[in-house]
Amino acid sequence: MAESVRLTDREKAMLDGRQGKARQKAMDLLVRYADALGAERFVETRNVAGVPGSANPFLQNHYRDKGAGGHDAIFSFFDLDSDELVEAPPAAVPTCHLQGGADPLHWEALGMAPGVFEGHQAREAFAASRGVQMLKTCTPYLAGNVPAKGEHCAWMESSAVIYCNSVVGARTNTEGRESTSAAMLTGVIPDWGLHRDEGRRGTHRVDVELPVESVMDWGLLGYFVGDFVQEHVPVLAGRYGRPDLVRHKHFGASASSSGGVELYHIVGATPEAETLETAFSGNTPVETFRYGSAERRATWEKLNANARDRDVDYVMLGCPHAALEQIQEACRLLEGRRVSANCRLWIFTSRAVREMADREGCTKTLADAGALLLTDTCSAFAQAVPPGTKVAALDSAKQAHYLPAILGVQAWFGSTRDCINAALTGRWSGEAP
Amino acid sequence: MSQIAGARTIVLRGRKVVGGRAEGEALVTRGAVPGWGGVNPVLGVITEVHHDLRGVSFKDKVLVCRGAKGSSGWSAMSHTTRLAGTSPRALVFNEMTAKIALGAVVMRIPSVTGLDRDPLEIIETGDWVIVDGDAGTVEIRKTHDGRSG
Repeated sequence: MAESVRLTDREKAMLDGRQGKARQKAMDLLVRYADALGAERFVETRNVAGVPGSANPFLQNHYRDKGAGGHDAIFSFFDLDSDELVEAPPAAVPTCHLQGGADPLHWEALGMAPGVFEGHQAREAFAASRGVQMLKTCTPYLAGNVPAKGEHCAWMESSAVIYCNSVVGARTNTEGRESTSAAMLTGVIPDWGLHRDEGRRGTHRVDVELPVESVMDWGLLGYFVGDFVQEHVPVLAGRYGRPDLVRHKHFGASASSSGGVELYHIVGATPEAETLETAFSGNTPVETFRYGSAERRATWEKLNANARDRDVDYVMLGCPHAALEQIQEACRLLEGRRVSANCRLWIFTSRAVREMADREGCTKTLADAGALLLTDTCSAFAQAVPPGTKVAALDSAKQAHYLPAILGVQAWFGSTRDCINAALTGRWSGEAP
Repeated sequence: MSQIAGARTIVLRGRKVVGGRAEGEALVTRGAVPGWGGVNPVLGVITEVHHDLRGVSFKDKVLVCRGAKGSSGWSAMSHTTRLAGTSPRALVFNEMTAKIALGAVVMRIPSVTGLDRDPLEIIETGDWVIVDGDAGTVEIRKTHDGRSG
């Protein structure tokens, strides 16, 4: 295994520094990464989704203390894992920025100090000045970046990666901060895993033995599947209604949280799974799982394991970022009533969808109900909940997976209707399916 | 082959992920290690609610696991442990993913995979383990004499 990844002349030129110091460092990182994977070559990509130049308080402090504060320092030392300070050039290929840690309008509601917010704005301006598209969402596919089937991408954000592979049929591994920033400068990524046909074949079979219809149903099924297949490629067969965008979004986000699923096939519903045979493409299933009412119940109980108190302080919707139809649904469920004085309702979405929600009148409807529509971030990512929150209610299995671990709050998981009811009454009344 | 009286030494052979040589006490999980949102990198502690190592620190250990799971923030989390001085000393794992490969690269710790025997069957938490990334070997000095392997 002393073999190293083979480089094209263009890649060699970048590695030799003939296209500048930053591209050299980016290529050096990608070669180390490709060798770690055991990749033999790179593929070209013109669709990168990452978080170039962003920094949490730890990174800001770390690089400030090193006496090399500033955007180029974070980009050099952290994004590119370089030991040398380099100047960040513009993105060489189309690159979008995923979610961030602040809301540009409601940052104060997130408990953020003005100086901290200014830092976010400065880092955003830095990335934008390098040509990065500031979509600021975990759902780039709802904000203008929908790849073509078969397109090689370099995406981060596990819920976006699984959507990109499974629903769109484009090809990306779950890239990280450093590999996406390097791909942004080089336009290449290791040809490994899900970029290759053999990596996309189903490995495990899941027989779905009960009807899966609602968004909550799909979230539960995703959480079950991820838990059982971990980072493998599940093929679902059986009884389910054809999932739409929102159901795929919640299924994928769940499966990539409880496990590391990056690609799934649903027979008859996803582009590489017209039949069970094409989904497995010659693979024999390693294992077959069944999903029936006992499995659904156990999954619900696992997601609600740390919830005890039925008085709910905080309801959060929009993980992954809400589609416009989900914001409209929340408005409908509120029916002109007001959120309980003992509870807060926050809904997170992307800037692009918020713009539409503003024009639809949804933002105002929510405000009139005492709810808040936020963008760019979420409670888990910003590590921000309303002051005093002890008990949260969520319609996202992904958020229910992360929020207790990150902030130590209790989390109820249920349907969007259960959550809106909790917001209106301040009480959790959702029940196991 | 053992150099320590009363202890057994076992050598596993696999392939290099990241070069270098390091040794330390093993911390073993049969599960996958979570990334962002399941680990506090500044403390070097796993925080995921359902994880068998919840509350346990991997700082200065030889981390032996099935692989990586969860967030694409895995590499940034790992990278942060290096800056915070809480990284494991070495990494031994079974299942290669983009997450764990990039995480190992940016932690810059000796890392090995593809071993000729399952490290999760042979290495127990507390064993002394020497990882030679360049040679692709893992040497295990058993502390629990005669238990497994």
